Amino acid sequence: MTNLAPAIFIRGAVKRYGEITAVDGLDLVVPDGICLGLLGPNGAGKSTTMRLLTGQSRADAGEIRMLGLPMPAQSKQVRALMGVVPQMDNLDEDLTVRDNLAVFAHLYRVAKGEREAAVRRAMGIAQLTDRAGTRVSKLSGGMRRRLLIARGLVHSPRLVLLDEPTVGLDPQIRQELWSLISRLREDGVTTLMSTHYIEEAERLADECALMSHGKVVARGTPGELIKEHAGEEVQEHFAPSERLAELESLAKGLGLSTRRTGPSVSVLKSEQLTEEQRARLGPPNVRRAPTLEDVFVVLTGETVE
Amino acid sequence: MSTGETIAEAAGAARGEESAPRVRAFEWAPVRGVWRRELALYRRYWPSTSFASVVEPTIYLLAFGYGFGSIIGTVYGYEYREFVATGVVATAVLFIGAFGGMFNTFIRRSFQRTYDAMLAAPVDVRELVTAEASWLAAKAGVYGCAPLLVGIAFGLDPSWGMLLVPFIGFLTGLLFSLFGIWVSAIVPSINTFDYIITGVMTPLFLVAGTFFPVDQLPAWASTAAWFNPLYHCVELVRDSVFGKLGVHDLTHVGVLIAYTAFLWGLAVWKMRARLID
Repeated sequence: MTNLAPAIFIRGAVKRYGEITAVDGLDLVVPDGICLGLLGPNGAGKSTTMRLLTGQSRADAGEIRMLGLPMPAQSKQVRALMGVVPQMDNLDEDLTVRDNLAVFAHLYRVAKGEREAAVRRAMGIAQLTDRAGTRVSKLSGGMRRRLLIARGLVHSPRLVLLDEPTVGLDPQIRQELWSLISRLREDGVTTLMSTHYIEEAERLADECALMSHGKVVARGTPGELIKEHAGEEVQEHFAPSERLAELESLAKGLGLSTRRTGPSVSVLKSEQLTEEQRARLGPPNVRRAPTLEDVFVVLTGETVE
Repeated sequence: MSTGETIAEAAGAARGEESAPRVRAFEWAPVRGVWRRELALYRRYWPSTSFASVVEPTIYLLAFGYGFGSIIGTVYGYEYREFVATGVVATAVLFIGAFGGMFNTFIRRSFQRTYDAMLAAPVDVRELVTAEASWLAAKAGVYGCAPLLVGIAFGLDPSWGMLLVPFIGFLTGLLFSLFGIWVSAIVPSINTFDYIITGVMTPLFLVAGTFFPVDQLPAWASTAAWFNPLYHCVELVRDSVFGKLGVHDLTHVGVLIAYTAFLWGLAVWKMRARLID
């Protein structure tokens, strides 16, 4: 094993389920020590990608190396070094918090003498130390999610896969989890986090890879992506739909991308407009800073939250 | 948050991953991990598990042993209730192994997604199947003795050979739990188990020499019984308990081992197909 190898290396990965191609020539490299946000709408292939990385799915084509080791040939060794937090809560409801963690400390080969300390540490991460003896079925949604994350960290992995870590949770709980996840990054744990929440990616990820139809369509820091694809300013026009269509074709004629959101059209990179062009478009209702969401919509034509 | 140090420690430990244990193709560590989970569940559910495992054979013993026993008298020189007490060991082992293998495994794979969680850790399907089956086998070995204890309470003579019964129960329990795990991996839904219970388990349980000797059956049926693993379990238990062990019992052990090995392969193959795509 070499420290020079990227934590995750995927080249040309393809995964088909019958007629459906869930992952379609995916290239993705995650260097050591960063948090990479894998951003995409539902059905973009994020979860399938995660399963390829745990060896629970086998790619039909392409090359995958994790921590320098080939997948799926050495998948077991990789799984020993990596922590996985699944999208679907698969905690053992009948067991206590402590038992859930203790089972995984065993499965992750934590040495006998260190197991108890590892379980205690994980309970600390989940902030559930005072709930050690509580059965999972009695925990709140936020507590369960924290435990799910802590379970993937019980063996102190250097690489963590987080599959939609806050999906379906209310905003307050989501923020709680964010501080837990950003702790990981501060501590140098390499993290691949899939999400369909723009804000989550913007706040937590050092870099984002935008995924659509089984491929990565753009990659960079949120700032770079916005600058490259959405410019410095967006102007938004609210108008009846005929006028919106007119605005869209006008902007298109000027070589600018637009984005339709309900009753409005956003014109991206509007800072590039000349005075004369501005006059033709008419005064916008809102001028705002571009977001990663704008980038996403422009690149894929799909919306994410 | 009180986790500052803890995750930092974690990251520190992680950077020393060269010292991480090298994993091998088949290991006992994950098997023990799965047992650890079963033990935690057992600690919670042992009263109901034990109740079912003790009361059910008692009912069979009372109903058949004393009911039929009053009209039958002796079979092959044994009192009928002794004949049944030894036979019902196999029934208990069949139910614990096969029901556990079918229902527990199906629910954990399909509804609770426990196996998805485990396979994301360094656990392979072979280890998972081995762990689940051997746990059920151990339960079958222990609870399989219940009918003998009940039998003793009702007058069966204790014998040294009875000490072999947990081992026979373990082997047969392993076989049937692997059968159950295999079935759980090939059925489309949990309702399909009805066909297996009625169509496969009931005949196995009745035509095994449990309640009546198989050589009383038509020739084809007694030949068929020889292919029933439960028959070999019944024979081994009776020979052990009644002090009749001989070379011929090696055949029974051999048949049970052969079935177990075959079913292990089938169970692993089909579970892998269900869990890894």
